[in-house]
Amino acid sequence: MKKQLTLSKEYLKGLWDQNPVFKQALGLCPVLAVTVSAINGIAMALATTFVLTSASLIISSIRKLIPTQVRIAAYILIIATFVTIVDLVMKAQFPELSKALGPYIPLIVVNCLILGRQEAFSSKNTVGRSLLDSLGMGTGFLIALFVLGGLREIFGTGTLLGFQVMPDFYEPWLVMILPAGAFLTLGLLFGAANSYLQKKEQDEKNYLIEKYLKAKKEADEMGGQAKWN
Amino acid sequence: MTTTTTDNPVYKLELASSPHLHSRWNTKQAMWLVVLALLPAVISAVIFFGFYQLLIIAVAIGFAVGTEAVIKKIRNQKVTITDGSGIITGLLLALILPPNFNLAFTAIGSVVAIGLGKEIFGGLGYNIFNPALVGRAFLQAAFPVPMTTWTKPNFTEVDSITTATPLSAFKFDSVATELSTMFIGNIGGSIGETSAIAILIGGLFLIFAGVVNYRVPAAMVIGAVIFGGIFWLIDPIAYPNPLFHLSAGGFLFGALFMATDWVTSPMTLKGMWIFGLGISLVLIIIRLFGGLPEGVMYAILFMNAFVPLINRYTRPRVFGEVK
Repeated sequence: MKKQLTLSKEYLKGLWDQNPVFKQALGLCPVLAVTVSAINGIAMALATTFVLTSASLIISSIRKLIPTQVRIAAYILIIATFVTIVDLVMKAQFPELSKALGPYIPLIVVNCLILGRQEAFSSKNTVGRSLLDSLGMGTGFLIALFVLGGLREIFGTGTLLGFQVMPDFYEPWLVMILPAGAFLTLGLLFGAANSYLQKKEQDEKNYLIEKYLKAKKEADEMGGQAKWN
Repeated sequence: MTTTTTDNPVYKLELASSPHLHSRWNTKQAMWLVVLALLPAVISAVIFFGFYQLLIIAVAIGFAVGTEAVIKKIRNQKVTITDGSGIITGLLLALILPPNFNLAFTAIGSVVAIGLGKEIFGGLGYNIFNPALVGRAFLQAAFPVPMTTWTKPNFTEVDSITTATPLSAFKFDSVATELSTMFIGNIGGSIGETSAIAILIGGLFLIFAGVVNYRVPAAMVIGAVIFGGIFWLIDPIAYPNPLFHLSAGGFLFGALFMATDWVTSPMTLKGMWIFGLGISLVLIIIRLFGGLPEGVMYAILFMNAFVPLINRYTRPRVFGEVK
């Protein structure tokens, strides 16, 4: 059986190692569509996290009751319940934000990140672990959306969370708040993440090779007594 | 110590992947010939729009070459700025910008053209899209108002600072511009695109020097005459005649300098005809029915995306192969 992660790892893996956007490339539709500003990104991520966590709690607690054949329909029904709650609450309490996010709040129902976590994790793990997992994934989603929305807002309108950060003479790049800007920024972020990982991997490899050569040299000096696998 | 024998020539076996196409010039020579061919367009820019345009050209080239050097350094690759390709990209980008364009925006355009248009794909030879056009498309999307503000040329009696290009005049006000004026270049338009005669001199020089293949420009001209001609014959008042299509906007510049880019045009002879005709078809559709008055840039970028497909389906048959 697969070794279980420690509880803190269960939460932390969503932040980077299995980041839903940068590593799993899940739920890219809202990622690209709503991140015209940092605040939109945060609102979207919080709404998604709420739905993800609540659905995970319910599904992991009744995971043995759901028949395998109809599990997807059952998941969708539970997710849709919470999406409706979020949608109505946002309409009542934050009408402007609700307007800005438009159809993307109801569309959380079909966000593959949420359904994916239920299928891959909550349906096989305990309530506690599912809670940590979904909170971690939600935080990872929040980080990704905040970075993307922040960058697009800084370049596209010269502000961050509504405060002006660029100097007065700065002319906003309209392209950044258009869909093209979303693809460009996301692509560049993906590229940066991948090149960082590649470099890290290469460094680790070089380190191991160095260590091996050093050890071998020492062994040779000892007259080849040591054994090598 | 190594001994060098001068009696026996050293034969070096060079390995390269296909296509094994032979060219009269190496990359470096060809790039400088293109720079030479662009000189008439630069001169026409100075005549019609003033010396400030030289500053735009200098900024565009400087930032293009600088970006290339920086990216190559970061990626620990050989710095290849002396091959002239960065200079060409900067020069081409500057010539398709509006006159008196903001220098800071020009610099952004150059960085995007080299960074996102070329180096991100791996450098010269790997890019899918024409880098200069990528830079211009980005600027068009980022700064739509400055990108469509056309300073009037020097020799007009009209007392104004800006003017309409022949294409937008035709599209939005149904005013046709005299063809002879457009041929010489005393019209509103991008820095190096207005003077048909200056572009033709440079373009024909490139074709006769063997740097670019005549098929792509020829196919584009034929395509524009056919597709533009069909609509002109249907309704000569609502649609401009084919000669207008040929001399307006960036058609000639695009046909001779942009579409013929070695990297982003098809390799096969049949493919070049398809590529050129395709550009003209998309161009005529954008010009006559699209929201924008001009579409050479988008037409070329659009067909650039099809180049791998065209290469694949027009691959010449191996000699003796039975179909």
